[in-house]
Amino acid sequence: MIQLQELCRDFDVGEEVVHALDHVSLKLPAGEYVSIMGPSGSGKSTLLNILGLLDTPTSGSYTLDGVNTSQMDDNELASIRQNKIGFVFQSFHLVPRLSALENVELPMMLSGNDPKLRRERGHAALERVGLGHRDSHRPSQLSGGERQRVAIARAIVMEPKLLLADEPTGNLDSASGREVVKIMEALNAQGLTLLVVTHDPNIGERARRQLKFKDGRLEHDSGVPA
Amino acid sequence: MRVLDCNKMAGGALVRYPGRTFMMLLATAIGVAAVLVLTSLGEAARRFVTDEFQSLGTHLVIVIPGRSETSGANPAMMIAETPRDLTLDDARAVLRSPHVARLAPVVVGAASVSRGSLEREISVIGTTPEFRKIREWRMRLGEFLPNVTMERGAPLCVIGAKVRTEIFGTDPPLGQWLRVGDRRCRVSGVLAPEGTSVMIDVNEVVIIPVIDAQALFNSPGLFRIVLQATSREAMPLAQADAKRIIAERHYGEEDVTVITQDAVLSTFDGIFGTLTMALGGIAAISLVVAGVLIMNVMLVAVSQRTAEVGLLKALGATRRQIIALFLTEAFFLAALGALVGLLLGYGIVAAMRVFYDTLDFVPPLWAAAGALLVAMACGIFFGILPARRAADLDPIQALMGR
Ligand SMILES: Nc1ncnc2c1ncn2[C@@H]1O[C@H](COP(=O)(O)OP(=O)(O)OP(=O)(O)O)[C@@H](O)[C@H]1O
Ligand SMILES: [Mg+2]
Repeated sequence: MIQLQELCRDFDVGEEVVHALDHVSLKLPAGEYVSIMGPSGSGKSTLLNILGLLDTPTSGSYTLDGVNTSQMDDNELASIRQNKIGFVFQSFHLVPRLSALENVELPMMLSGNDPKLRRERGHAALERVGLGHRDSHRPSQLSGGERQRVAIARAIVMEPKLLLADEPTGNLDSASGREVVKIMEALNAQGLTLLVVTHDPNIGERARRQLKFKDGRLEHDSGVPA
Repeated sequence: MRVLDCNKMAGGALVRYPGRTFMMLLATAIGVAAVLVLTSLGEAARRFVTDEFQSLGTHLVIVIPGRSETSGANPAMMIAETPRDLTLDDARAVLRSPHVARLAPVVVGAASVSRGSLEREISVIGTTPEFRKIREWRMRLGEFLPNVTMERGAPLCVIGAKVRTEIFGTDPPLGQWLRVGDRRCRVSGVLAPEGTSVMIDVNEVVIIPVIDAQALFNSPGLFRIVLQATSREAMPLAQADAKRIIAERHYGEEDVTVITQDAVLSTFDGIFGTLTMALGGIAAISLVVAGVLIMNVMLVAVSQRTAEVGLLKALGATRRQIIALFLTEAFFLAALGALVGLLLGYGIVAAMRVFYDTLDFVPPLWAAAGALLVAMACGIFFGILPARRAADLDPIQALMGR
């Protein structure tokens, strides 16, 4: 459960101040499927970064599962990123020297899980994205769509509640893009809260709830579906 | 994060950039090898010199005419003061000390030594049979000046192994006449060949009775009085006795220098020990240079892998974890380099032993351990800055590869 209140994020660019997010208030119940759209520079990525605790708002509050995130120290933030949030990036961000399975295991490795458990759950996560047979492949040996699916497997291996995807299909052809979206939708169907930033209206329209941003302001909210 | 995983990640990064890893290993390895080679040089020199002094005999105390201590004396006085000769009477007097087991007066000079038409200029030592016992020389043939004492001379001589072959060739030398300066003497013995000793090349010497040498060189003065104390503990006592007795005989003037083998040994030991440490220290500087190199390369590594650092942060890595990863990497570089350096160093030293077998090259253990420690400490120390830089990266910027 996410609650944003009068959230602002300003960037100082020389003399000027850019209001990347301008008084955004928003409530996202758990299990939602939300698409975030808007022109370039409208603050979509900034919002996602704040929701993912990679960035902190200039003012306003962000409450995650009833806890105000501004109170948290670095280690708590890291721990929440680790356990509650999964990221999917436009450019996949797989570690090239690690195999698909090792990439998926990475978050569990950071959290100090036992290698055997890691392997099991990592493999299971790869199976959920349809890549159970690609464990030992390096990222360079996988297609773009497959790489993004490995990234999704990595994002869900810690069983987070929230999946944040910033233009996950931006680097993919439409067929692989659709497949990636389907996989994420399937995960959402199992209860994962899903936020997808996209420029592709076909993908954006699939979400039950659609947010449109312009100049850092939430311009349109299709609202919580009944 | 588990230690093993941290090591694996860091190791993986090293394998991933083999060129960089190799350069770093080389830099550290050269530093460590330099420490080993230089310290083994110094150590070999130290051992060579101390062994030489030890080979002079045991519990040695040596009396040298003249004062070597400039103990605050007026320089004008030093020049005015001509040292009195050290004489056989002095030697006899010192022999009365209860702490002196053996004593030999030594006269040294050079004379032409000839047999028939063969003539050579050779060092001549005048002494007594006690000298052989003190120096622990072994005989190849015959006896060392039999029945000769400080009072009694004889037309006899003892020759070194090289003198024997040069003058007698394959002829049997014992009992043969030899001309030494203006005197004739029979060969009573031949010394067993030995390595060069600090003072004398045992192989190239002719030894005659001390009074005969005094007559030959026409001087009552002794070059040295060499004495052997009754025990190690008695050495300083014998030294004090020799000083006191000779001073009494020289009208209260302390115009001789009395040194103990121990003192000389420890002086040389100290000098060469310091030298070795200095060499090791100089070489250790190259380890610090290697450390600075590691730092630069790690900084490059951090900027090469900013996106990876950003990712790790997004995946929930803490500052400490990021620091641990990069520190481990730097440490591995240094430790591996140090190990390679140890191998390299020991290899070079072994080769030195083969090509130059007079000195016994062995890297001192403290140098090996020290180099290893310094290398690893440098790795960690110089890894700190890059690791912190990685940990301080802003994840968003890092993920965008900036
Ligand atoms: N680190 C930063 N420093 C200064 N300005 C920034 C920074 N990050 C973002 N901005 C500015 O904030 C605004 C919003 O950026 P943001 O990346 O959120 O846009 P976006 O909606 O994701 O755009 P796109 O669709 O191109 O990804 C932009 O005007 C951008 O220039
Ligand atoms: Mg963006």
